[in-house]
Amino acid sequence: MAEPVLNICNLCKSFGALKATDDVSLDLYPGEIHALIGPNGAGKSTLIHQIAGTLKHNTGSIHFMGRDVSALGVSHRAQLGLGRTFQISSLTPEFSALRNVMLAVQANQGSSFRFWQPVMADASLKDRAMHMLERVGLVDRAPVPSAELSHGERRQLEIAIALALEPKAFLLDEPMAGMGPEGSKRLTGFLDTLRHEAPILLIEHDMDAVFALADRISVLVYGRIIATGTVDDIRRNPQVREAYLGESV
Amino acid sequence: MANREKLINTALALLLPALALAAYGMGEPFYVTLATRIAILALAAAGLNLALGLGGLVSFGHAAFFGIGGYMAGIFATHAFNQTPLFTWPIEIAATDQMPVIWLVSAGVAALVALPIGLISLRTSGVYFIMITLAFAQMIYYFAISWPAYGGEDGLSITMRNGFPGVNTLDPLNYFLIAYGLLLLVLFIFTRIRDSRFGAALQAARQNEVRVASIGIRPLRIRLAAFVISAMITAVAGALFADLNRFVGPSMLSWNMSGELIVLIILGGTGRLFGPVAGAILFVLFEFALGGLTEHWQLFLGLILLGVVLFVRGGLIGLLAGKVHHG
Repeated sequence: MAEPVLNICNLCKSFGALKATDDVSLDLYPGEIHALIGPNGAGKSTLIHQIAGTLKHNTGSIHFMGRDVSALGVSHRAQLGLGRTFQISSLTPEFSALRNVMLAVQANQGSSFRFWQPVMADASLKDRAMHMLERVGLVDRAPVPSAELSHGERRQLEIAIALALEPKAFLLDEPMAGMGPEGSKRLTGFLDTLRHEAPILLIEHDMDAVFALADRISVLVYGRIIATGTVDDIRRNPQVREAYLGESV
Repeated sequence: MANREKLINTALALLLPALALAAYGMGEPFYVTLATRIAILALAAAGLNLALGLGGLVSFGHAAFFGIGGYMAGIFATHAFNQTPLFTWPIEIAATDQMPVIWLVSAGVAALVALPIGLISLRTSGVYFIMITLAFAQMIYYFAISWPAYGGEDGLSITMRNGFPGVNTLDPLNYFLIAYGLLLLVLFIFTRIRDSRFGAALQAARQNEVRVASIGIRPLRIRLAAFVISAMITAVAGALFADLNRFVGPSMLSWNMSGELIVLIILGGTGRLFGPVAGAILFVLFEFALGGLTEHWQLFLGLILLGVVLFVRGGLIGLLAGKVHHG
């Protein structure tokens, strides 16, 4: 089997007496969608924060592209190819949708220390950003300030920004949240093709989407992974049914 | 809206030389000096506007850089006048009274000082950043007071205003044109930086630091560069200011001066290209008009500032031209 793109090993994180992440191990292999599910408060977002680098874990290790990234900051991990979207859209509100994506293209090209040429006249940035907006279906909203976009459009813009980074792995934190059935369905189809560009660690509450997309599912409860397996494994797992699916299925 | 802002900017850009030329024509050098004062303060604030307006870095220590420029002008002028070298060790360096050299040295020294200050201060944000930049500026202020070689508390008089190649700088109109030309040049540089890749990253870091980091840009580096460039511009303005007044003293380094620069920007419009110009015009006019009526003119300035902050968030430019438009 190929080397995992992302390898998390025995990760622990405590806030005082609360174990938010309890001995979590997780792999993400090329070409796969690995879904991370769990009830509210299970520590999914805390885990994402540690992978992205906004939180530092206490013990354990995170390897990305075969490299220990434990000591690296957020921007450094992003440069290595970790493309993250946020649970609550996190954009530059005054900038248009286009400029939001252009900034990501610029970051990906690795050249923010250019002081003289106007960005809006830079075709290499603009064309690439427009292409990303086209892929998520947001082209006609390109000039609109991101603060004025609808909730669903902001979710799409998050994806376009992640695409522009040409990441080695996607870290998608509830991309369907608040999208509506129509939007979720379209995004599901899109993510299905996206896995061939880079593997996806998908945190999602929408079970239809998870069951349709995931190659493997890990179930997180109280900071602990209680099961990892294929969709069928997870559906049949009695522990999972009790802890999680029992509420929703 | 973008076009209206251009119109207002053009009007403001023409207003200053019109004022200076009219005053010169009527034989009123005082008003030429007033216009020069506006241009220089606008230049200093334009420097700060890069850090504060574009980057959201509320530096309460920019008087340090303004004063550094001022002292460079004063020190060069003194040595040039006395025909003594600046340094004798390790090599002897003679002083010059040529402004372009003094400006470059001012900008260079300011950059060297701004680099460590920025590196330390930029690890904090919000109120802490304000306080740390203030603390550094106060250190430099007290250093100047306690350094007798260049006047200490009394400051340093500039017997002969420094020169400019081919221009008689003692003529008030000539000196205005030098300051005004430099202001236009810096405003042009400001637009280039604002619209560049660097400017995009800087403005994005102000709006959402986490977003910028998560796409792989380190906000600290971007901000540090902005802080240093900002300090360099303000230092050049300081050199001009000292030459205008033919005097530099610790007051140029004081926290009042830092506050005035921030006030200028807020009055004119934070982050707006001509915000510092509009702010400097308003500020100097208030100082002149209200200062003639009462010693306590700053009380009224405070009230006006309060009104601007509460009711006209975008300052004068924001009031006239509406919100900022990013392409």
